Amino acid sequence: MKTASRIYLALVFIFLYAPLAVMILISFNGGESTTVMDGTSLRWYREMLRDGATLQALQNTVVLSISSAVISTILGTFAAMGIHHMRRKALRSAVMTVTNVPMMNPDIVTGISLMLLFVFAGTLLGSETYLSFWTLLIAHITFSLPYVILSILPKFKQMDRNLPEAAMDLGCTPLQSFLKVELPFIAPGILTGLIMAFTLSFDDFVISNFTSGSGFETLTIHIFAMTKKSVKPDIYALSTMIFFVVLVMLLAYNFMTGADERRARREREAKARFLRRLRKETAGKEAA
Amino acid sequence: MERKKIVQLKGVCKSYDGEAVLKNIDLDIYDNEFMTILGPSGCGKTTTLRIIGGFEAPDSGEVFFDGVKINDVPPYKRSINTVFQRYALFPHLNVYENVAFGLRVAKVGDEEISQRVKEMLKLVNLSGFEKRHVTTLSGGQQQRVAIARALIMKPRVLLLDEPLGALDLKLRKDMQLELKNIRKQTGITFVYVTHDQEEALSMSDTVVVMNEGEILQVGKPIDIYNEPANAFVADFIGESNIVDGTMPEDFRVKINGHVFECVDKGFAKDEKVDVVIRPEDVDIVAPEKGMLTGKVDTVTFMGVHYEIIIDIDGFKWMIQTTDYAAPDSFVGLYIEPDAFHCMKKSQYSGIFEDYSAYSMEYDLLSENTGEEEEE
Amino acid sequence: MKRGFLARFAAVPHIVWSVIFIIAPLLFAFFYAFTDGEGSFTLDNITRLFSGNYPLIFLNSLCLALIATVICLIISYPLAYIMSRMSRRAQSTMMLLIMIPLWMNFLIMTYSWMTLLEDTGIINTILGKIGLNFHMINTPGAVVVGMIFCYLPYMVLPIYSVMAGIDPKLIEASQDLGASSREVLTKVIMPLSLPGVISGITMVFVPQVSTFYISQKLGGGTFQLIGDTIESYFTGVSINYHFGAALSLLLMVLIIISMGVMNRFADPEDMNGRPML
Repeated sequence: MKTASRIYLALVFIFLYAPLAVMILISFNGGESTTVMDGTSLRWYREMLRDGATLQALQNTVVLSISSAVISTILGTFAAMGIHHMRRKALRSAVMTVTNVPMMNPDIVTGISLMLLFVFAGTLLGSETYLSFWTLLIAHITFSLPYVILSILPKFKQMDRNLPEAAMDLGCTPLQSFLKVELPFIAPGILTGLIMAFTLSFDDFVISNFTSGSGFETLTIHIFAMTKKSVKPDIYALSTMIFFVVLVMLLAYNFMTGADERRARREREAKARFLRRLRKETAGKEAA
Repeated sequence: MERKKIVQLKGVCKSYDGEAVLKNIDLDIYDNEFMTILGPSGCGKTTTLRIIGGFEAPDSGEVFFDGVKINDVPPYKRSINTVFQRYALFPHLNVYENVAFGLRVAKVGDEEISQRVKEMLKLVNLSGFEKRHVTTLSGGQQQRVAIARALIMKPRVLLLDEPLGALDLKLRKDMQLELKNIRKQTGITFVYVTHDQEEALSMSDTVVVMNEGEILQVGKPIDIYNEPANAFVADFIGESNIVDGTMPEDFRVKINGHVFECVDKGFAKDEKVDVVIRPEDVDIVAPEKGMLTGKVDTVTFMGVHYEIIIDIDGFKWMIQTTDYAAPDSFVGLYIEPDAFHCMKKSQYSGIFEDYSAYSMEYDLLSENTGEEEEE
Repeated sequence: MKRGFLARFAAVPHIVWSVIFIIAPLLFAFFYAFTDGEGSFTLDNITRLFSGNYPLIFLNSLCLALIATVICLIISYPLAYIMSRMSRRAQSTMMLLIMIPLWMNFLIMTYSWMTLLEDTGIINTILGKIGLNFHMINTPGAVVVGMIFCYLPYMVLPIYSVMAGIDPKLIEASQDLGASSREVLTKVIMPLSLPGVISGITMVFVPQVSTFYISQKLGGGTFQLIGDTIESYFTGVSINYHFGAALSLLLMVLIIISMGVMNRFADPEDMNGRPML
């Protein structure tokens, strides 16, 4: 049974990682084909790092993703706070349902519906370009919000209701109580939301496809444009680089959240050592 | 010596979702006293506490502090501090910072904070725990940090919401003593909420018995015990045999067809009353010499005494005595005159049954399952 | 308490945002679907949905997505089971390993699969060594493979999550009552893992039904799916927002119906979106 499991796992992982392996492999291709390896070389990496359009797209994406992540996190934090304190259940579930729509709807529907809105707004304002950085930013914030709220809301629910009351009991105004006690407690949720919003934004293709104008290219849109022309390994090199950046960020985050657990473990061990020493001392005294 | 009233509740009412939780509460709390509000789950004791602390506002009625009306004063402006049921320690701060929290908000200087925190930790026996993270502490230790955190603010009144509920028996008893000592040392008024009547009796100067949003009796522990105001209080505090009776005249009570001497007066002639006799006040004698006679139902050895259930005219009494009586034997009961306590009939009469379905563990169980307090 | 009062208004910016950017766009889609180029009301777009190729396109999309979902489930279930039996440390490593492919760019992933599946691609090159050659590219099968790859982790994780949460004492109790290993699986683990399965199906079926790029590249354009069709009316050669909107509305309706059917098997509490990554 054990070996069968092992084989099964291996097969699944081969399936999951095959395209990844192909991507990395071809990125080092000496030749120009994407199906036949012809020696190894770093030429595609060099080309990508020199390509102005690519670097611009990278900069655009970073700016966009950071803006989208920050704004949606701020908006989402307040939203989570507001939703948590809502008294009427009907209102609360209505807001949650609407919030979840971008998550439940296929990306393509979210994308085209936003596009229609922007086109309409554009015609109303009489402008020539309907889509731009701003429409893209709005779209990204919109699809990030549900994930941010869903990261932060559980932390609110987890918090002992007495905690902000204790803060006020000790002299904090409601605002101080929020800043000194509630915020530190929900902080992990905010961080998770922020990182999720950033990575979702960084990798998004479908929605960006419909809501960006020709003036502002994100990395994925740039890659898409590249695929419209003949496909060369340069795209693979670019994707590999992006992939590793995201991977490192995820691992770093994993490592960071592990830090809390490690600290708790260290404290437990310290406490156990203290107790052992205490017992030894009292045993020693009794013997004396 | 005139005792000063520090907190007063006048006509306080509170409802949740249409249900009345507090019905016209009048309460005077004095300076330098240990007051306990005692009652079963849902009686309104925590709500009363929260209104004093400022976390809830009464629907009607007034709250006074030092004679000044404070209905609209928020908790952070009241000279009152609270020890919460589940401690509510700030998880992101260590012990030192938790205790120092209120002082930091008040912008007290670091030097003074350091000195006062040290003092407080010494008071609650947690010296050396400054750097510990609160999530690594045991229940009892967390409780003491919560107490230190509140006391360091030098409040006039300290509110404690069932603080010892989550601790095991031995620890609870130790903490009860500690709390009593701390209160004596600091002179702060403690308003303590619990459903454990033993706790209330052993710690307090004044006990307030509540049920279903009303205050039933206020008094010293010994008075509440010896002279309960009605059947509910009699049943809630300690063990009690509650029988129907009448008062043919002052100092005479009639139960089970017999008239006995007692020490109560002031009732109307032949007024119907509830008569309370505490199990430990009954002696077993030979049937001929007994005031009442009955057949022994069960005998349970409790170490300190025997608990004997006796069937008297169909009503099962419980008595506690060091004398043994064999099951199914006939015995007589002797009751001193001052062991009879007569109470006016109330809405609680007849609710409390005899000891036919008696089991001590069951009693304790139902006390403990009533944990979660109302809003 | 004053504080609760203020806090409740904290959600107002979000509510305003949602109305403008979630509700309004959907209303626009609705509006466009029922109007023509001049802005007058018409049902032409809707009737067009049921004519020509379109019903077939919808059917194709649903069938392919269904097949892909089922295969995803078949692959994921044993995987989730194996994972849940591992040590805690191994489990978190496994979770990470399963999620990593998600961070691959969707476009590049498609291209990589092309490289793998082409007649002259990597798989056939390897198979060629033993004299085999499968024509895989430009078939519905290739599209299904692409779909499965894309969303496998989304199926594995919820199922695994629920399985890992099953109290081991339940399994011990069932063994104590005489259940064999197989019976433990069928009578205890399967029923209890159902919420995870429902979750997984929800998260996988919806994107699969609406996928567009994969079908063009791996399917070779020999047949169209809804996603492709919608896309073509918005950014393709023949732009028609109105009909495109109608297509999108029908897609949404189909999804809502499928989810409704799903919900009848699910615990309403579990339907609250994707799990936290």
